[in-house]
This record gives sequence, structure tokens and C-alpha cells, in this order.
Amino acid sequence: MRIDSIDKLAAWRDECRKRLDSQKKKVLVCLGPGCLAGGSDKILEEFHEILSKKKITDVTLEAVKKTGCHGFCAQGPLVIIEPEGIFYTKVKKAHVKEIIETTLEKGELVEKLLYKERNGDGTDHAIVDYHDIPFYKYQKRISLRNVGQIDPDRITDYIAAGGYSALAKTLSSMTPQEVIDQITKSGLRGRGGGGFPTGRKWATCAKIESDIRYVLCNGDEGDPGAFMDRCIMEGDPHSILEGMIICAYAVGSREGYIYVREEYPLAVINLQNAIDSAREHGFLGENIMGTDLCYDIKIARGGGAFVCGESSALMKSVAGEVGEPRAKYVRSVVKGLHDKPTVLNNVETFATIPVIINEGADWFASIGTEKSTGTKAFSLAGKVKNTGLVEVPMGVTLRKIIFDIGGGALKDRKFKAVQTGGPSGGCLPEDKLDLPVDFDTLTKAGSMMGSGGMIVMDDRTCMVAVARYFLGVLVKESCGKCVPCREGLYQLHKLCTKITKGKATEDDLNLMENLSRVISVASLCGLGQSGPNPFVSTLRYFRDEYMAHIRDKKCPAGVCRELITFNINDQCTGCLACIAACPVEAITGEKKKLHVINQDLCTKCGSCYEVCNFDAVDIK
Amino acid sequence: MTQTDMTKLDKIFNNNPQSPGSLITVLQDIQREFRYLPREALEKTAEILNVPLSKVYSASTFYAVFSLKPRGEKIVRVCKGTACHIKGADIILEQLESGLGIKAGETTKDLKYTIELVNCVGACALAPVMLVNEKYYGNVRCDRVMKLVEKD
Repeated sequence: MRIDSIDKLAAWRDECRKRLDSQKKKVLVCLGPGCLAGGSDKILEEFHEILSKKKITDVTLEAVKKTGCHGFCAQGPLVIIEPEGIFYTKVKKAHVKEIIETTLEKGELVEKLLYKERNGDGTDHAIVDYHDIPFYKYQKRISLRNVGQIDPDRITDYIAAGGYSALAKTLSSMTPQEVIDQITKSGLRGRGGGGFPTGRKWATCAKIESDIRYVLCNGDEGDPGAFMDRCIMEGDPHSILEGMIICAYAVGSREGYIYVREEYPLAVINLQNAIDSAREHGFLGENIMGTDLCYDIKIARGGGAFVCGESSALMKSVAGEVGEPRAKYVRSVVKGLHDKPTVLNNVETFATIPVIINEGADWFASIGTEKSTGTKAFSLAGKVKNTGLVEVPMGVTLRKIIFDIGGGALKDRKFKAVQTGGPSGGCLPEDKLDLPVDFDTLTKAGSMMGSGGMIVMDDRTCMVAVARYFLGVLVKESCGKCVPCREGLYQLHKLCTKITKGKATEDDLNLMENLSRVISVASLCGLGQSGPNPFVSTLRYFRDEYMAHIRDKKCPAGVCRELITFNINDQCTGCLACIAACPVEAITGEKKKLHVINQDLCTKCGSCYEVCNFDAVDIK
Repeated sequence: MTQTDMTKLDKIFNNNPQSPGSLITVLQDIQREFRYLPREALEKTAEILNVPLSKVYSASTFYAVFSLKPRGEKIVRVCKGTACHIKGADIILEQLESGLGIKAGETTKDLKYTIELVNCVGACALAPVMLVNEKYYGNVRCDRVMKLVEKD
């Protein structure tokens, strides 16, 4: 159906809702990146295979569908049965028959697939409805509202969930200036990392005299450790389009691009489907919803360059050139793509816009803190129990996210640090866990919000090695245009490597601190300016660890290979587990006899340490 | 290049606007078709899109996705994202390099395998992650690496 007038949308929505409501039971199979790797596509096929042969009352084939990432990746592959919200975890293809026979036919639960929450005394209890699981309970989902709930390929699902109603409201009752005023009043700040006020950006772009203006979406989620934008692009692509169309109306644009990184092929497919179907139904192209608004979106694929997440580099890449940033005496909102005024916002920012229009600026501003309003999505990963996708109001503490939602460090090890903000961010130690998460507090503490990657580290993570890792990423990704970044980061990385090998002196450390200051001040773009952050922030909070490498030639976390040896102590029960795990056959021993590591063969990979259940492997 | 290769190439040029702005898209399409960027294809691209060959070369070497050398049938990608790094991606890479006898970025002589490093594939919850062509493997253990690569 082509929506050629605003009134038609409401009728279509009623129709879509009626159709969904007629499905008494719905089976949602998560096809997010985590569950997909666990074979959830096969699970969905199996459901369809069995149900196409067997008729069950209240369950139609259409009601068994795929969704984007549901969030709780650590428990995947996930299958959710609505309306009860029954949450089946770690589902395998072989379980499908049982789920159909027990839950769909008889209405009973498959106990073994339910989520188990650990009690204080070490026992477990099962939780049926996912809304009651701590991981979900403390979240508030705005940008992720539909991700994991709808089938991204069905525009009717999005319409039934209230999709394009914000666009209808905008076109029927708001002037472009009113839209900008609402966004400004909401206090929304860019979710890509910088935190620039979105309303102010739009207002600047709208004011400049120009025949052409562009509205671009940055889907180049390059920060290692972040996958929020991926999940929105794959799981709810229409919300991004709707946000972009509203922006196009507000600033007066006819053309736009979504820049998607090369590593996300499924995001490109789902976005393209969404664009085609939005165009077919009259939400994109000429005379959108029968009004004078004309706007269309194309996809630009990235080429695997981190620096292309930077605005001016991204615009060069869209124009078909090498993605080198330029000095920004004139900002890209004034002179952007093809030197025309350009609004560039991140995926999550655009996905939030329709909700602000529908619910109002005051409602949005009432969530979060005074200067960081609304919610923020994070991808929680690293050495934490509940890895996954999380969205919380701004201002909650890091502790709440990592311990209440994330369940604390993996294997109940000691929490050491949390890394936020990607390579430009920093690591915060345990005594900063009670800081509220908002743009300004994190920056003040020496890290940054960044796009939302949150990596938890435990006592087996060496902070010097982490700094070295990030510097290595940046050295590789520096575009090479300006000297401080190209040469400075290279030297910083080299010195950091020297520390991890136990060959550095305290003079080297001083040199690194001086060098960091120069790189920050003299680099051309954000990549270089924030480049030394991983080193500076780890040194600020973990100087002891640096000194242990330099003075004592020891790596306290047992990671830097030049500085450690592995030995088996007399706790060894002779269980053979480490012998099986050793990739280089360096461990010898018999059943129930003490095992021995041959130091000449040992590559210090730590596999034996990871598999040992008896604390019998010492790292010194 | 053979005649069929040239036909494939012409098809790519016909599917894109023949202007300098299509450079990256055309290169991506060539890479997808041939698994690398053959020299003749780059020269042809420069001619058709009216871009100096130096600029074509510059773009081909700037973006990590492009390769100027032929790549293997199976492309094994090791994720070097933060989560994967702290969960031992280095050790996985080591196993792979010693198992296949090549370093990251290289291709085996029989053109069967190529090892590549990726900054982050966005499947951090499954760290450490390895991809064989498009197939994701999560929570990879270092003693299983070669088994996964040799599967199928």
C-alpha cells in the first residue's frame, strides 16, 4: 500500500495491528550477531519445517519469526514466546521439537531451557518471564525499543509498533523550526561519541544559505568493542530512516547517505530492504506521504578504515576518495559533503528522534541527568558474566551496569577496570565505579562516553598490554596525513612494547608522558588528539603496574610473556585437563600424578591456567 | 585477464555511474568478484572513471578491505577487537599462523587460505571470535583453531 496521505497511515496501522493481534502466540527467534553464530538461523528453519507439517491451534507460521538482537548475548541462542515473555536460553536445533510439543501445544515450560539466576547461597532459581531477569529489569529502552521485538524485514511490524507516526506528526502539525526547537529542548546529544547537541547542529545547518543540504547517518561503528549501532541497523532499520527523514524535513535536505562499515554485511542488506520498502510505501522519494517533502537515501559502504568514523574523513569516503580528515577551521555542518552544509548524526541518535517527536521534548529531558538527557545504549563485553546489549538512563552508575545488569566479573574473579570510549577512551578503576555515566563525568575522570563500547577487565588483564593494544590499533589506523599522529603514536607504541618486554626505564616513561602531550595538542583530528588516552588513563590509575614492569621486571597480571613463567604446583590432582588443552604439547604427566610443564616448549599462552579447576597453575 | 574476466569487469562498470565519485564502490565490486584487485582492473578503472591511476592506487592501499594480491579460497579472519584481545585473540592468531605456515595478511602458496586481522566484527559478546569466510565462530579455544579452519 502506498501512503499518499497522512490519514491513510492510521488506517494501515490498524490493519497491521489487527493482523498481529490475531496471532495468539508469537515465537521470536533472535538472529542477532551472537545468536546467529550459535546457529539460530537453523533453529528458525527447524520451527518452520516442523510447523509446516503440523498444525497447532493458536500458532501460525507467520507468527514464528526472526528478530534482531534481543540483548542477552551471553545466554544465546535465544527463543522468546510471547505474550508470556517465556525466555528460552542456549537453545539448540534439537530443542525445537520439545519447545513445540511442550510449550506451544501443552502450554507447559521446558525447565532446562529457562534462565537460571544464582542465589546468594550458590543455588539457582529459574526465571520464566524475561522482564523479571535482572539483566533486563534495570534497562530502559528507547533507541533499542524495537530491536529484538520486530522482524526487521517486515515494514508492517514497524508500522504496528507505531512506526512512521512521528513522521506523520511532523509533516501534519510541525514547522521545520518547531522540529529543531523540540530536538534542542530535549537536550539530545550526539550518541556517536562527541556528545555535540543535536538540535544545535540541525539549527546551524538549516540557517546556512545553500541550494543543497545533506543529511548523513554515521554507521561506521569502528570502535573495537562496540556493536550497538550494528544491532539497530540490523534489527530496526526503519527507525533510523524515520529519524533521517524528520531531520531532512527540519533542515531542508533532499538527499542523504547511510555510511555502513564493510564488516557489517547484514546491516547493508537489512538497510537496503528497509529503504526499498519505505520508498515503495511512500515514506521516501518524491512527495513523502503525499506532502511536498522529497528526500531519498542511499547506502555508502565503508572500506575498513577506522578514521572514516571522523566526520570530514567519512564525507570524503562517501564522495569516493581516500578518507583523510581535513583541519576543521570550518565545521562539516557548514561545509561538508561536496562542500555543502551537512548534518551527520550517528545511528543511535537518529533512532531516538521519532520517540522524542512522539513523546515530547520534556518527557525525554526528564530522563537521565540535566546535561546528558535520555538513555544510552552500551555493548557490555569482555570479562563480564552477562555480555550483551544494554540501554540505561544516563546517570546510572558504572557499578549498576557492570554488577547489577552485567552480573559482575566472569568466574567471580576480581574486577580491575572498565574500558569505555574505544581507542580514544580510557580505563577506569574500581574506585570510580560509583560515578554516574554521562558525557561530562566520564570525560572528567579521564575516559569518555564514546559510542558505547564497555569492556570489563579482571585481575588477569594487564593494563600496560591493554594500552599497547590500543596504541597498536591507532598506529595501524592513522591515515598518515599529519606528523604528530603518524610518528608520535608509532613511537608511543614502540616504547610501550619496550615496557611489556621488561626493557624500559623510568626515563622512557617520562618521555612517553611528554610525547603524549605533544600528540594531543598538535594532531589534526580526533584520532590523533585522543590517541594517547589509553596510555594516559592507564598510567593515571595503574602506575603501580607500569612500575612493576619497569623496576621489578614483573607483570602482575601474568600476561606479558617475556616477564612470566608457568609452573604446576602440588595442588595438581593429575586430571589431564591441562595436557589436553596445551596447544604445543608442553605438559607431560599421567593420570593422578603431578603434571610438569616443559619450559623450553611452553609458549605461555595460559591455556592450562584457564582450564585448571584446582588452582594448580602458578604464574610468576 | 581472460575474456570472461573482462566481461565481468564491464558489467561492474555498467552497474555504477562512470564518474570519479564511484571509485570506492567500483573497487568494492571488483574485490568481491575477483577476491582481490588485479592490476589490469585498476588500470581499466582509472581509464573508465577518469581518475589518475595514482589515485586509484592510493584508494586501493588506504582501505583495509582491498588487497592487491590474490587471496585464498578460505579467508580466515581473526577479530582483534578489545574484547577478543583481552580474551586471548593473540594466541588464536599464533596457532593459526603456525598451523597454516603463513603470517597474518599472507596467503598459502596453493591459494587455499588467507589469514586476515579485523579490528572488530561486532560480535564482542562471543569473544574471542574467528571467521572462516562468512561463518562466525565464537568462544574459540586455542587448541580447536585448526579443527575449525579445516572443517568442511
